[in-house]
Amino acid sequence: MGDYVLLVISCILVNNILLAQYLGCCPFMGTSKKMETAIGMGMAVIFVLVMAGSITWLIDAYVLKPFKLEYLRTISFILVIASLVQFVEMFLRKSIPALYKGLGIFLPLITTNCAVMGVCLININEEYTFVQSLVTSFSYAVGFGLALVLFAGVRERVLLARVPKPLEDTAIGLVVAGMLSLAFFAFKGMA
Amino acid sequence: MAKSITQEFVKGLWDEIPPFRLVLGLCPVLAVTKSVENGLGMGMAVVFVLVCSNMLVSLLRNIIPSKVRIACFIVIIATFVIVVELLMQAYTYSLFLKLGIFIPLIVVNCVVLGRAEAFAYKNGVVASIADGLGICVGFTLSLTALGALREVFGSGTFLGMSVFGPSFQPFTFMVEAPGAFVCLGLMLCMMNLAGNK
Repeated sequence: MGDYVLLVISCILVNNILLAQYLGCCPFMGTSKKMETAIGMGMAVIFVLVMAGSITWLIDAYVLKPFKLEYLRTISFILVIASLVQFVEMFLRKSIPALYKGLGIFLPLITTNCAVMGVCLININEEYTFVQSLVTSFSYAVGFGLALVLFAGVRERVLLARVPKPLEDTAIGLVVAGMLSLAFFAFKGMA
Repeated sequence: MAKSITQEFVKGLWDEIPPFRLVLGLCPVLAVTKSVENGLGMGMAVVFVLVCSNMLVSLLRNIIPSKVRIACFIVIIATFVIVVELLMQAYTYSLFLKLGIFIPLIVVNCVVLGRAEAFAYKNGVVASIADGLGICVGFTLSLTALGALREVFGSGTFLGMSVFGPSFQPFTFMVEAPGAFVCLGLMLCMMNLAGNK
C-alpha cells in the first residue's frame, strides 16, 4: 500500500506530467484561458487516460509481446487511443448527455494530446504491473488537471494586468508556466 | 494556387514558423532542447516524417474519404514514425536513447497532423513537399536556436565544446523544466518585437 501512495505522490507532484515532463503542452496553452474550459479538459483527460492506460497495457501484454510485434507499438497505441476517444464520445452522448455537454469539444482534442500517448508509453517502458499502470495513469491525469487548473487561475489574473505589448498572450503564458514549473520543481527536493 | 513553390517554402521560415507563430508542437520543443545536438536530431526526425507524410497524403488526397481522413493521416504518420524510430535505433543509438519517448510521440505532434490537414490534403504533391520542407526547416532552426541558448547558458558548452572556460558557473535553471518555458516565452517575445515594428 505504501508503495502506491508513494507512486501517486510522485506522479502528481514530483514528476508532474506537464511541468516536469513537458507532455501535453499544446492543450495546456490552448485551453487554459478560462477556468471552466480548464476544468472540462482536466476531467476529460482523467477519464480517457485511465481507460487508455489500462487498454494499451492489456494490448501490449497480451497481443504485442506474445507475437513479438513490439515495433508496432506506436501505431497500435495511437489507433487504440483514437478509437477509444471516438467510442467514449459516442457512449457519453447516448448515455450521460450531461457529462458529454460538460466535456464537449475537449474529447476529440484528446487524441492529439501527447500526455495520453506519453503516459501509455511510460507505463510500458517502466514495466509497471497492470494495477501500477492503472494507478500511474490516474495520478498523472490528476496531476495534469491540477496544473491546468492552477495555471488557468493565474492566467485569468494576468488578463487583468498590463502586460508589455510583445509579451502578450502566449509569451506571458509561457513565462507564467515557467514560474509554476519552478514551484513544482521544489517537490524534487522532497523525493 | 497563385503562390509559387518558393513562397510555400519561405513562409515556413518566418510567417508560419511552427513553435512561435503557430503555437503547435510545443512538447518536443520544450523537452528535447537541452542541447544543440538533441534539438538538431529531433528536427531531422521531424523533417523526415513531415515531408514523407505530406507527400503521401497529397498523393492519396483523392482516394481518402473525407470522413475518416484524420484516422488515415494518423496511420500514415505513424508508419513513418516507426521507420524513423527503427532507423535511429540502428544508426544513432546514443541520440535515440536521449530523445527516448519523444520519438514515438512525433505521431501526436500537432505540427505534422496540422500540415496534413491544413495543407497537404488540399494541394498538389510538389507544393506539399515544399510546404513540408519549409515548415520543417523552420522547426529545426527554432529547435536548434533554443537548444543553443539553453546549452550555452545552462551547461556552458556548445555541441559539447566548452565556451566560457573552466571558471564558468553553469546556470542550471536553463536546462531544467522551468528554464525551458521561460526561455521559449522570451524568444516568442523577441519574435513579436522584431515582427511588429
